[in-house]
Amino acid sequence: MSTPRTMSVQVKTGQIRSTPSFLGAIVAEAPYAQQVQVLEEKSGWMRVSVPGRNVQGWMHGSALSAKRIVLQAGADDVQKAATTGEIALAGKGFNKQVEDQYRAQNKDVDFTWIDRMQKSSASMTQLRQFAKDGQLNM
Amino acid sequence: MRHWNRRQFLGWGGKAGLIGICSGPLWTALLAGCKTTEIIAGMGQSVGVLDERQAQSVIRAGGAVARSFEDITPEQEYYIGRTVGAVILSKYTPYQNDEANRYVNMVGTLAGLASDRPETFGGYHFLILDSEEINAFAAPGGLIFVTRGMLRCCGSEDAVAAVLAHEVGHVQHQHGLQAIKKSRVTSALTILAAEGAKTLGGQELAQLTEVFEESVSDVVSTLVANGYSRASEREADRAAVTVLARLGYDSAALVDMLEIMGARLTPGGSDFAKTHPSPQSRIADIRPLLPKTRPAAVAPRQRRFEQVLRQV
Repeated sequence: MSTPRTMSVQVKTGQIRSTPSFLGAIVAEAPYAQQVQVLEEKSGWMRVSVPGRNVQGWMHGSALSAKRIVLQAGADDVQKAATTGEIALAGKGFNKQVEDQYRAQNKDVDFTWIDRMQKSSASMTQLRQFAKDGQLNM
Repeated sequence: MRHWNRRQFLGWGGKAGLIGICSGPLWTALLAGCKTTEIIAGMGQSVGVLDERQAQSVIRAGGAVARSFEDITPEQEYYIGRTVGAVILSKYTPYQNDEANRYVNMVGTLAGLASDRPETFGGYHFLILDSEEINAFAAPGGLIFVTRGMLRCCGSEDAVAAVLAHEVGHVQHQHGLQAIKKSRVTSALTILAAEGAKTLGGQELAQLTEVFEESVSDVVSTLVANGYSRASEREADRAAVTVLARLGYDSAALVDMLEIMGARLTPGGSDFAKTHPSPQSRIADIRPLLPKTRPAAVAPRQRRFEQVLRQV
């Protein structure tokens, strides 16, 4: 399978690293739906450049989608997304608005801990130290 | 059509057998060449609540474009996962021990990063549930829950990593999303097409929310009552063995943990025994994947495990 030339960031905040590894320093961030040019692929990692920004580095392939992710969808985009799946629509379908509506109808379902879980994450520095102390590879 | 809402979930004991097998491509759909107005005219008032037969007829009318569950974007997976997690937390209480939760997050995050899907929309996050039950759940997108009872089946950090890596395996392979019925996906796409480029109106929002709630129920009832197929469990175990080896953990710790679990599970119980193949059969599937020799135990790793999780 050939690498698509352009891919879209499919995570909340994409991180572009200096080397193809999570140990690589973060050189830039790329927001959800940002399109990047893929220059090279290496064991699951893509070397990318960001059009219009003087940024190059590595992103893990799981953070990228071959589908174009459209932020501000026009009618044609919606039709295309619903029928062919060639593109994806950011913020459409199951989104925050739907979650809010669900929560309004299910007041006894509490999201406090979900928000708390998602807010706290270990830093790469902490993870690296943890791996080192436990004699693990990272 | 029945689906599980939260109240039914809370009283789910003994009620199983709602969902069919969760294998195969979903999202066979939809709507090629149809105009929005035609779709809506055809669907009348029932857009939000297609049953399988209606869904199939929409698919036929639309010219059957093959789709798969992968068309659920990671962003939508994230929202499904958040609500699945919140519903699970309506049955279980979080274990409020910051040190233990931090430790489980360290081990689990490393497992996520070492997997074939290190990046999800919102990342991997782990929480211990204050329950004696032996259980673990992975909500789509990477929210992972593990009970104290399950952690007590672990004699080492390597075994904890095995449990968490197995759950990461379910996220990686999107087994949760695969439990969502095709008709929900068809409904969601139909509403999406009807919505067009504008913001959701009241009725469309209500319909989409209903489909959302049903999709969440599909996933929750699979996690808590019906379980995944044995093939999915094998896939998650295989992913776990790979992750453990990459990190330098002893992958045979998965077998150690399953042996302890096998001795403690109550046959016919409402926990892992209900939703998973027997530990013995999983061990038989895993053994051929393990390396011939086990690495030596690592003293500092064992020390921190005992320090943090001994009292859990």
